[in-house]
Amino acid sequence: MTIAVTVNGAPHTTTARTLAQWVEQQGQSQQAVATALNSQFVPRALRATQALADGDTIVTFQPIEGG
Amino acid sequence: MDTSNNSTTNTATNTNTNAAASDTWTLGGRTLQSRFLLGTAGYPSPAILQQAIAASGAQVVTVGLRRQLAAGTPGSPASDFFAIVKATGAHLLPNTAGCRTAREAITLAQMARELFDTHWIKLEVVGDEHTLQPDPFELVDAARQLVKDGFEVFPYCTDDLVSCQRLLDVGCKILMPWGAPIGSGQGLVNPGALRTLRARLPGVPLIVDAGIGSPADAVQAMELGLDGVLLNTAVAKALNPVRMARAFGLGIQAGRLAYVSGVMAKQDMAVASTPVAGHPILL
Repeated sequence: MTIAVTVNGAPHTTTARTLAQWVEQQGQSQQAVATALNSQFVPRALRATQALADGDTIVTFQPIEGG
Repeated sequence: MDTSNNSTTNTATNTNTNAAASDTWTLGGRTLQSRFLLGTAGYPSPAILQQAIAASGAQVVTVGLRRQLAAGTPGSPASDFFAIVKATGAHLLPNTAGCRTAREAITLAQMARELFDTHWIKLEVVGDEHTLQPDPFELVDAARQLVKDGFEVFPYCTDDLVSCQRLLDVGCKILMPWGAPIGSGQGLVNPGALRTLRARLPGVPLIVDAGIGSPADAVQAMELGLDGVLLNTAVAKALNPVRMARAFGLGIQAGRLAYVSGVMAKQDMAVASTPVAGHPILL
């Protein structure tokens, strides 16, 4: 089943059932990214049990340079 | 001429011989030799960043987070950057740059803790777009929650004494008052306020953060008795960032050594330094 979600502000479709599956489908290691679902931080350990639903908003953050 | 190698070699020599280098201090439970905290943004290349960190002697470097989903493959710019910074062995201090509310900053801090594997957080909550001035009210709200959640909060704050006291009230153990607006290079626009913070908050690690333009500004901050200096742009945008990193490292050591040595009091009139007693009036 494919659902429509928003990823970092852009429309996106996915067959992933959980946030962990979704991260995996993006070709990312679980360690390389931090995630929030519908503006709530989802720790790495909880991604496997975090179900995705149609209309969800996913945000991902990664390390960059900073001052 | 490869000036960067020269700078790195000189830094090593300096660390071994300069008395100021043995002046250790404790920050967030870590014992540090260097009082220089360096930002990692805006360098001409990752290699120059790496050399600048080495030349600076900094043991704490700031990092950031961006909303993105870049390829995580080795060799990508993002993965290169993170690998270089980790390889320096410096303590990582992630920031919450770009946050406007306590809620945003708390979420970003949680992400930073997971990504960078540290409970240190440079808490930035901006209240004005033009000056990037910290919002003292949102800052206190965010700090209160983050301290409860086990973070070591390094709040980027204004130099207002009472808002600094409120940050301490909610559990912050470190304060990072601004010298001037971020990236402005204006130096310390209000040294009197920093002097007041030092006098009223003895024992609290005070790190001047932002606005530093030249090593002279860093010397001034250290002579005021502040405990450290955090800067980024003044090194990253220098004509030669690696040499400038070393210049700041030396300035911070010199300023600290001057502070602990006791700078002489200013006098209104000349005070002859050469003893003249017993000399004939006319030759």
